[in-house]
Parts: sequence; C-alpha cells; structure tokens
Amino acid sequence: MSQLVSDNYTYGFHEPEKYVFKSRRGLNRAIVEEISHMKSEPSWMREYRLNAYDFFLKRPMPLWGADLSGISFDDIFYYIRPTDKKAPTWDDLPPEIKRTYDRIGVPEAEKQMLIGGVSAQYESEVVYKSIVSSLSKKGVIFLDMDSALREHPDIVKQYFGTVIPSNDNKFASLNSAVWSGGSFIYVPQGVHVDLPLQAYFRINAANMGQFERTLIIADEGSFVHYVEGCTAPIYTTDSLHSAVVEIIVKKGARVRYTTVQNWSTNVYNLVTKRMRVDEEGIGEWVDGNLGSKVTMKYPSCYLMGRGAHGEVLSIAYAGDGQHQDAGGKIIHVAPDTTSTIKSKSISKGHGRTSYRGLIHILPQAVRSKTKVVCDALLLDRYSRTDTYPTMRIQNKQVSVEHEATVSKIGEDQLFYMMSRGLREEEAAGMIVGGFIEPVVKELPLEYAVEMNRLIELQMEGSVG
Amino acid sequence: MLTISNLHVSVGEKEILKGLSLTVKPGEIHAIMGPNGSGKSTLAYALMGNPTYEIRNTNFETIVKLDTVDLLKLSPDGRARAGLFLAFQQPVGIPGVSVRKFLRAVGKNRNSKQSKQSAQAGKQIANRKESAKSDVLSDALAINKRLDELAEELSIRPDLLSRDLNDNFSGGEKKKIETLQMMFLSPQYAIIDEVDTGLDVDALRIVARGISTLAKQGTGFIIITHYQRILKHVKPDRVHVMKDGNIAMSGTAALATKIEEKGYSHVSTRF
Repeated sequence: MSQLVSDNYTYGFHEPEKYVFKSRRGLNRAIVEEISHMKSEPSWMREYRLNAYDFFLKRPMPLWGADLSGISFDDIFYYIRPTDKKAPTWDDLPPEIKRTYDRIGVPEAEKQMLIGGVSAQYESEVVYKSIVSSLSKKGVIFLDMDSALREHPDIVKQYFGTVIPSNDNKFASLNSAVWSGGSFIYVPQGVHVDLPLQAYFRINAANMGQFERTLIIADEGSFVHYVEGCTAPIYTTDSLHSAVVEIIVKKGARVRYTTVQNWSTNVYNLVTKRMRVDEEGIGEWVDGNLGSKVTMKYPSCYLMGRGAHGEVLSIAYAGDGQHQDAGGKIIHVAPDTTSTIKSKSISKGHGRTSYRGLIHILPQAVRSKTKVVCDALLLDRYSRTDTYPTMRIQNKQVSVEHEATVSKIGEDQLFYMMSRGLREEEAAGMIVGGFIEPVVKELPLEYAVEMNRLIELQMEGSVG
Repeated sequence: MLTISNLHVSVGEKEILKGLSLTVKPGEIHAIMGPNGSGKSTLAYALMGNPTYEIRNTNFETIVKLDTVDLLKLSPDGRARAGLFLAFQQPVGIPGVSVRKFLRAVGKNRNSKQSKQSAQAGKQIANRKESAKSDVLSDALAINKRLDELAEELSIRPDLLSRDLNDNFSGGEKKKIETLQMMFLSPQYAIIDEVDTGLDVDALRIVARGISTLAKQGTGFIIITHYQRILKHVKPDRVHVMKDGNIAMSGTAALATKIEEKGYSHVSTRF
C-alpha cells in the first residue's frame, strides 16, 4: 500500500524543500518530531504526538490477549517518506497471494492498486472526485486525515483524541505518536449520506497504511456509512498495523462503520476503535477479520445519551497459524440504552479464534437492554476457539441476554449434502457460508459476494 | 440395472448386513419391509456411501453396481453423480443455506457434469468455457424456474424454498423437500428411507405422486418402510422382508397386505 501516500503530494501537500528525511528503523522522540515536521503540522499536534510517545514508552504490553511477543518495535519503520517507498511489483508478491488474486479474479487495474497504488488516472479517482464534490455541496467533509488537519485544523483539534485518549492503551499511544493517513469525515446536522463512503475510492490517500487515524463526526440527526478495507488479501512487508478509529455520533445521528480486513499473515493487527453515541443515536460496527497473523480488535460503543443504541457484528476467520482475538465492548452510561453484539468465528487447521467482549452497564443506566450472541465453528480437530465474555452489570433494572455456541461441521451435514452430488469441500464451504450468513448479509453487496468467494477458497482442501 | 450382491456391512465391530443381494431394474419399485433393527436403514446408508457404514470383504465377491459403474469405488457425491439418490428419514438442517441456494449449487454441479459428458469433442468444451459466464446466470434462472414448477406440482408453498434447508422444518415439510429434490435430480435409482413415518395423509400422497411420476420415467426405487403406509399409495412390483441383516423372503404386493393384516410372524415362522 506504500505508494498510496505519494499521491497526496500531487494534491498540493509539499514537503519542506531541502529537507532530507532518512527513513530508519525504530522509534525515538527525534523521529516523532521529524514526522510532525515533515507534515508541517501545527505545534499542538507535535506536542500531542510527543506526549503520546511518552505514554507509549510507559504503557505495558497487554498480556491478557493474543501472544504479541513476536513484535519487535526496534525493527519497524514508523514513517517512510512516501516518495522513498518502493512499490512492490507483481513479481515481489508471495505465490499464495498471487494465486488468491488470480482465483478471485481481481481485475488487472485493481491488482496494481492492491500491490502498489496507482496514479491519478485510475478510473475510481474520477468516481471519487464526483462523489466528493456532490457531498461537499451538502457540507460533508471527506478527506484523508493529513489533509483534514491542514484544511480544517479547528474541527480536527476539537475532536481529535476525545474518544480514544492518547494514553488509552499502548497501541493507541503508538498510533497517536506516529499516525499517518486514515480518513476524516464530518457530516453536518440532518444530512444523510446515501451511498456508503468507501476508503476504496480514496486510493490517493494512505487508508491502508500502517498507523492510520480515522475520525468521523456525525452531527445531530445525520447518517453515514463508512466502509474500509478490502476483501482481497493486502500484502505488506510491514509487520505491524495499529490504527485508531474515533467516531462521534451526536443526538439522533447514526453511523455504521464496516471493515473487512484481509492482511497478509505476517501482520500484527492491533486496532483501537471506539464510538461515542449521544441521545437517541445509533452506532454500528460491522467487522470482518480474515487475514493477519494476530488480530486484537474490540470495536466499542459508549452509550452516553438516553436511548442510544450500539451494535457490533463481528466475523473472524482463523486459518493455520492465525489468532483472531476479536469481539466488542458496549458501555451503557445513560438510561434506556440498548445494545447487541453478534459474533461469528471460524477456525481451521491450527487456527484459533477468541471472542472477547465486555458489557458494562453503569448504575445510572436503568432500563438498559443488551444481547450478546457468539457462535464459533470449528472445521477440524486441530482448531481452537475460546470465549471471554465479561459482564459488569451495576443496576438491577436491566435485561441481559447471552448465548454462546460452539459447533463442528457435522459429518451428517456433509454426508447429506454430498448425497446430492456436491464435493466435500463444496459442501463444507456452503456450511461455513451459511454459518456466517447472518453477518455477511449486513455487508455491502460487493463485499458480501467477495467474502463468500474467499471463504469458499479457504475451504478448498480443508476437509477429508 | 442396480445390482447388489453379497453385501456385508458393519458399524464398528457389529455386522449388520450379512450378505444381502438385490437387483432393481429401471422403473421397478421394490419395497423393503421388516421389523426394527433388521438392517433396513443400514442398507440405505451403505448404498449411498456413508463412511460410518463399512463394507466388509468376504470370501465371495461383493458387488454394488449401477449399470456398469462400480459404486463401491465412489464417494457419496460420486454415487449421486452416477445417478443414485437417497431420500433421508431424518434430513439434517443446514442453517443459513436456503433450499434454492442449495439446489442451485447442486444443479450447477450436475449441469457442468452433463455438459462434460455431452461435449466429448474438445471444441464444444471450449465453446462452453467462453459462454460460461452467461451460462451461470441462465442456469440459475432455469433452476429457479424448475424449482417453482416442482413446488407447484407437489403443492409446496413457494416460501418454503426460501427458508434454510431442513432448518426448523416440520416432519411433513422435510419429506416434501426430499421429494422435491428427488424430482429435481431425476435419479436413475432412488432409495426412500422411512418416508411414511410421521407424515400426514396429504403429504404422503404428494410423496407418492412424486415416486409414481419418476417410476414411469424409468427411475428404479427401493422404498424402505416399517409402517408400509406408503404402499397404499404406491404399488410395489416386489416386496422384500428383511430379518437379521438379510432378505428373509420376497413376494408381490400381496405380501405387504398380508403382513399388514397378520404381522411378520404370521407370514413366516422365520420371524
């Protein structure tokens, strides 16, 4: 995804002349300062970054989730000047990634985008521009985060870091110190954005960078659906992806945030995502995790106003050598708030999925309702799944439901389907597809189709 | 012709079928009766190739053939593609997969196999590949249309086709959908396992109509029944009574009537 960043520069973002930044591994104060300087940021952001860097040093590694001992902070490039990045070519890709691209029939142009980003002549650039111009007439701002900081510094300053403080956790601190790229969206009061806004259109920005930072503000009574990610596997040599997504859902507004993540299996994907939902607002996370070596991600909703609703839908797939530690958190702060967490996970081979969730209902959040459903499917006897649900219920006027199931692909299901002429792996693929269907149907159509195709691909040779 | 000769089947250590032999010709309807535990359902599962049911070798050759195709060498899906069908007594639910979606996959599979067979000249295969994309769509539309026709023919409410396969279906709904699948696949030979258990008269008639229609078109049937209610609606050409893992006696449709009237022990001292 490297060269995605470079296109920023064709849009008037000029680095200081004569300044030479040497990309190097590891992180220290000087590098954090240099990043801010390279981007000609206002001093408050530089201070913010430095402050966050101190927190990053102080905060311990989380020991409660997946095994993160393989991360070597000193070996990582935290910022690479976009023009220094070398776009990988088709030949550089590992064979399994090439094979998947070929099998899912990624068009040539898209392949180019997936492996190295492309220049402005790419068709979707035109699409993106026309969408952005029609949106800006309504007052909607849709920019990459770096541009937003330059063009709308006041509004960024007002909200940046208010939902996820820079000392929230070690990886949020890291992101706050070294962030680059990501999306910024502001939807004015009462405006409904009908089309899902997709990072996909914004190939000129570093949406899929290592440390992207996203901030969405939905003003009162507005609606927006944002889609990030890509079902096709994203190959990167960067071994750590640590994003922060902050969303503010004001009174009566609704935000849906859909992610499909398919990083290559060398990546540690450690993402902090949080929404603040005000009175009568609706916040929804739809989260699909297919790739990466390790994912730790628990999208959360803080239900701050009366009648707010929060929802998390999560699908995780863990193949050999993968650990998907995913789930969701809902904090009921105000009365009459409602929430749902629905999680579906699939483990294959030595893959491992964990559902980790928190429901916290505060004393004043009377008449709140919550429902948690987590279903796990094991494809063979080597795969593993665990459930870590935490419920902190601090008042008695609440309704709390929790269901958890673990199932295996049944021999009787396979035999039944094969007796109609389906091959074993086709049958297994259909069973898995049926298992995740309740969540997949919430995805935008093209993502749903892709997701099903990918799952079918993953099933090949998986049984028997 | 479906040929079964000297079939020994065991589950775990226990031998259940002990050298059973049976021949079914195209369009023939064979009823298999017998008390519980005589091995009727084992015959059904073993013929379809369920891996739990192990075929045991003996000194004498075991044969299970559909015309010239050796079914014992094939996995269940291979047997299905060769033209064998099993209507299950207890079809299992497949959550999240609608009847339509399932049968579109089944139908697509079958179509591609047929095209391979018919297009033995390489040129035809090449053409087929070129038009593969439009075929997928037209196949899906044709399959949907066919399913609608069958549903109407079998008095199945169309919304049942959109529900998840066998998931939360009533007993009658399950049997109707088994029958619809059978009609859809139009197999050369079909095994019907205890279809009449827990079925109301209307549903039973529908299932019977399906069987009769296919039999007229040349499908050979093995109808396994404990209660023999189905035989009031479908007249068998041959009736076999199983006991202790083998066919103890065979006769015409009259044998079934006699058993119903007097019980197994009265038709023969062997029970």
